[in-house]
Amino acid sequence: MNCEESLALMHLYLDGDASEEEAQQLREHLKICPDCNQHYRELKQTESLLSGAAYELSAPAGFTASVMANLPKEKKRAGYMRWFRAHPVITAAAVFFLFMFTSVLSAWNSDSSVSVSKQEGLIVENDLVIVPEGVTVKGDLVVENGDLDIRGQVDGDVTIINGDLIEDPGTKVNMASVDNISGEYQEINRIFGWAWYHLKELVTF
Amino acid sequence: MENIIKYHIKNVKKGDHAAFEEIVSFYQNKVYHIVYRMVGDSHEAQDIAQEAFIRAYTNIHSFDENRKFSTWLYRIATNLSIDRLRKKKPDFHLDAEVKGTEGLDMYSQLAADQALPEEEVESMELQSYIHKEILSLPPKYRSVIVLRFLDDLSLAEIGEILDLPLGTVKTRIHRGRELLRKKLRHV
Repeated sequence: MNCEESLALMHLYLDGDASEEEAQQLREHLKICPDCNQHYRELKQTESLLSGAAYELSAPAGFTASVMANLPKEKKRAGYMRWFRAHPVITAAAVFFLFMFTSVLSAWNSDSSVSVSKQEGLIVENDLVIVPEGVTVKGDLVVENGDLDIRGQVDGDVTIINGDLIEDPGTKVNMASVDNISGEYQEINRIFGWAWYHLKELVTF
Repeated sequence: MENIIKYHIKNVKKGDHAAFEEIVSFYQNKVYHIVYRMVGDSHEAQDIAQEAFIRAYTNIHSFDENRKFSTWLYRIATNLSIDRLRKKKPDFHLDAEVKGTEGLDMYSQLAADQALPEEEVESMELQSYIHKEILSLPPKYRSVIVLRFLDDLSLAEIGEILDLPLGTVKTRIHRGRELLRKKLRHV
């Protein structure tokens, strides 16, 4: 082994990368070469001085508190985004309900024309649906976005959505009208009731 | 320990401010050590070390939890230190000598205040001398030497922190060790 090879081996050895065989070769060389021996001692001393210097330092007092005091205040928006990222399922559900809600709302607002379940003998005048006198409507009657005036009979349930059962102040028509319904009478004017009704419809059929 | 740190990081990611305090408190000495050895001045080191933790906090979501947190944190710290060194004037080495002397003042001040036993004063002077010699190395050797003697870091980890191939890390350690040998052999 020449001195150049020996020098390279010294560094390998100090890195902990030398094999047992190489270490043995190095030791042999250091015994016979005073220059390399001196060089190795100096390297070894450097290493121990450096490792002695490694654990001396500690951060100034109050360092942690200072870092904590200087952390940026989290922006609200970033906080929400983080939350959304952390809870994908809830986010998906929230988005779904948002779309549901807006579509329900737009349906509620746009759908303003009168519609009535198809039954024979009904008269429709503008927003008013009339069950004429002497007529008996078979089956359930549904009136949407219009008022209902029952002069005859309804043989089933009556549901009025976004409208009223006409009341004539003089002759208790309302009471009479309700009496003319053989089934249940239901009036829905609130949006949630309306939505609930449609939801029930959806599930039932 | 690594598991406790991972647990704290999860909480920081969830927005738990206090969990970060645990992390800072655990790593503060190591980060400060790296930065102080790199830049040489204690005020500047405190400034950069603080910046390193703040960056770690603001970028915590880009930290991959499958990797070692210390590697990531030390990388931020060394990069900030190297950036700071680059921004300094080209006569940095002269500058470093001055900073080194400041370090010496600080140590001797401490020694005078607390009237330490003679061996400890000697040890402090020696530490200060070693610190000055580490600072006199060009930054590329300084960084590997500083990291190598910190916290039992493996050469592979040093490579990861400095974004260098293993072979380059080894070459720089050998070169840095030779440079320091010449400076420290008469101690």
